Amino acid sequence: MSLLPYIFRRILQLIPTLVFILVVVFVLVRLLPGDPASALIGDRALDADVQRINHELGLDQPLPVQFLYFLKQVATGDLGNSLSLKAPVIDIVAQRLPVTILLTTMAAVIALLFAVPLAFLAALRQDGVVDTVIRGVFQVGLSMPVFYLGLVLLTVLAAGLHWFPVGGYGETFPDRVYHLFLPALTLALSLAAVLMRNLRSAIIGVLGAEYVDFARAKGLKSRLILIRHVLRNALISTVTLFGLSVGTLLGGAVITETVFAVPGAGRLMIDSIYGRDYPMVQGLTLALAVLVSLTFLLTDIVQAWLDPRVAR
Amino acid sequence: MSALPSQALTPALSVRDLTTTFVTSAGRVTAVDNVGFDVFPGEVLGLVGESGSGKSVTLRSIMRLIHAPGVVGGSVLWQGRDLVTMPERELRRIRGAEIAMIFQEPMTALNPVLPVGLQIEENLKAHTPLDRAGRTKRALELMDLVGIPEARRRLSDYPHQFSGGMRQRAMIAISLASNPKLLLADEPTTALDVTIQDQILKLILELKRELGMSVVFVTHDLGVVAATCDRMAVMYAGRIVETGEVASVFAKPRHAYTRGLLGSVPRSGAERTMLLSIDGTPPSLAAIPPGCPFNPRCSFATEVCRTVVPPLDEVSPARLAACHHHDRVAAAGSPVA
Ligand SMILES: Nc1ncnc2c1ncn2[C@@H]1O[C@H](COP(=O)(O)OP(=O)(O)O)[C@@H](O)[C@H]1O
Ligand SMILES: [Mg+2]
Repeated sequence: MSLLPYIFRRILQLIPTLVFILVVVFVLVRLLPGDPASALIGDRALDADVQRINHELGLDQPLPVQFLYFLKQVATGDLGNSLSLKAPVIDIVAQRLPVTILLTTMAAVIALLFAVPLAFLAALRQDGVVDTVIRGVFQVGLSMPVFYLGLVLLTVLAAGLHWFPVGGYGETFPDRVYHLFLPALTLALSLAAVLMRNLRSAIIGVLGAEYVDFARAKGLKSRLILIRHVLRNALISTVTLFGLSVGTLLGGAVITETVFAVPGAGRLMIDSIYGRDYPMVQGLTLALAVLVSLTFLLTDIVQAWLDPRVAR
Repeated sequence: MSALPSQALTPALSVRDLTTTFVTSAGRVTAVDNVGFDVFPGEVLGLVGESGSGKSVTLRSIMRLIHAPGVVGGSVLWQGRDLVTMPERELRRIRGAEIAMIFQEPMTALNPVLPVGLQIEENLKAHTPLDRAGRTKRALELMDLVGIPEARRRLSDYPHQFSGGMRQRAMIAISLASNPKLLLADEPTTALDVTIQDQILKLILELKRELGMSVVFVTHDLGVVAATCDRMAVMYAGRIVETGEVASVFAKPRHAYTRGLLGSVPRSGAERTMLLSIDGTPPSLAAIPPGCPFNPRCSFATEVCRTVVPPLDEVSPARLAACHHHDRVAAAGSPVA
């Protein structure tokens, strides 16, 4: 069975989502406290200056007009200029977003590398010593705030042992991966804990399924049964959870980028909100929202690939 | 029906003292209690009993598919080797290759996320030297054999795209893939409507003749036993209560439970009414009555039945029964004679 029709259908469904994102981003940004003009020229700005700036930004127009103007901006890829960085928003996003994408992707990969083997170990020795230890360690990991964990790793592995840089971002790709390793690890641990817990119980459930017994009755090797029959079925629910965790992951990225001084979109977002950099916040929110819905699309496709019953 | 196996033959499968216990909220219960029987080469043995009597657990115990904390004891001799104690590696070469099992529920026994063709071919990959092309060819043959139309197209289909009957056929195709010498068939037709049921039964019998397999055929339908089996073993509350050749058991049951079962077979023809049915329900495993487990439901029961467990003894040539009053039961005659 080919997945292509399903993928095509799923991409079409993205259109209403994107429209909704546009409306929400537009409204949210206008709900931010403070006004950008005074942010731009200070609190003691003259009323006349404020009016002039609001006019330049189109903020004195009625909301529907502003929205149309916003749509036109999005359509042409011109999201205005950042008020604080004095450069086109689209350029800054194009520069910062890939950093965050690399960081979260690395975190996701690390989380899976932890979660899948450990979930198997724990599930196969259910309630044994290994299971209890793994679950205990992860329970602690789960209850530790991301920034605290980040600071601990930073102090020990970077500042103390000098195994990793204390922050920043490299020039070449391998260098960047190296720089992002600690922040990605920090970000990965709580996700790994959540995924591990879910996958462990999914595996335990699938191990009791009749089709696993039937696979045994066929005389298949245990390893083949675990990978082909057990893991694949167990991953179905974990992939859903994984998709839903992407938002949390991006939220965590904001914190880790700050702790590790990574020049990513998360940190930029915080700075822009504090600086009331309207166009920047708008552009970033839009980019992140699109990123999240693309991740949902991706997890849905993986889901359909794992479970043919989904793509009907 | 094929010729009766001579008792002089060596059995292909010899089950002795098979005992399987589970842990439940009521403590450890015995689902299969000292079960023993032989299966001879080329023979179809029917294993019958009401639902819950331990038929499926018996088959699973033979295949060593009981999950901890369930425990299996006793011995299952397959061509002289004991499956209960054999190392996993050796067992793997017997499972699916020499002994195959058809599960009761085709809905849950097929993996929902793998194409049916793959589920056939992985059996071939484990047990035959066939290459990829050879496996596909054999899978197509098998699907033809069990009567799945348009086999080539259906190889890549998933179980949910098959109807109940087709799923059952697919499962039979998987089980038969490596030409097993013994087929353990757990109610292979119960989930199906009558016409498909007939087709599947015919199919299993044909294959048995062609491949020279032995079959243990689990069912609670005595009509099916009469049509397909050479010998039968009757189970009640985890024990075998009577065994013998089908014709002889039907003609003169020697256990009150067998007699009751025979009485509840619907008559063929226009008059499909239940003549007799056994009063009451089987005991729960946590509360099996002392003495003969059937005594509370038995019209022949006397004081001895409530205190002494009747042993499974030879009561007439080639007939075993575990009943204190097998003579009185035999004298009462068969409800289907
Ligand atoms: N894994 C298990 N744990 C506890 N009890 C079980 C388990 N499997 C089966 N049983 C019990 O064993 C008894 C026999 O079941 P089964 O062999 O499935 O009966 P049937 O003759 O209908 O196939 C039933 O009472 C059932 O509840
Ligand atoms: Mg059963």
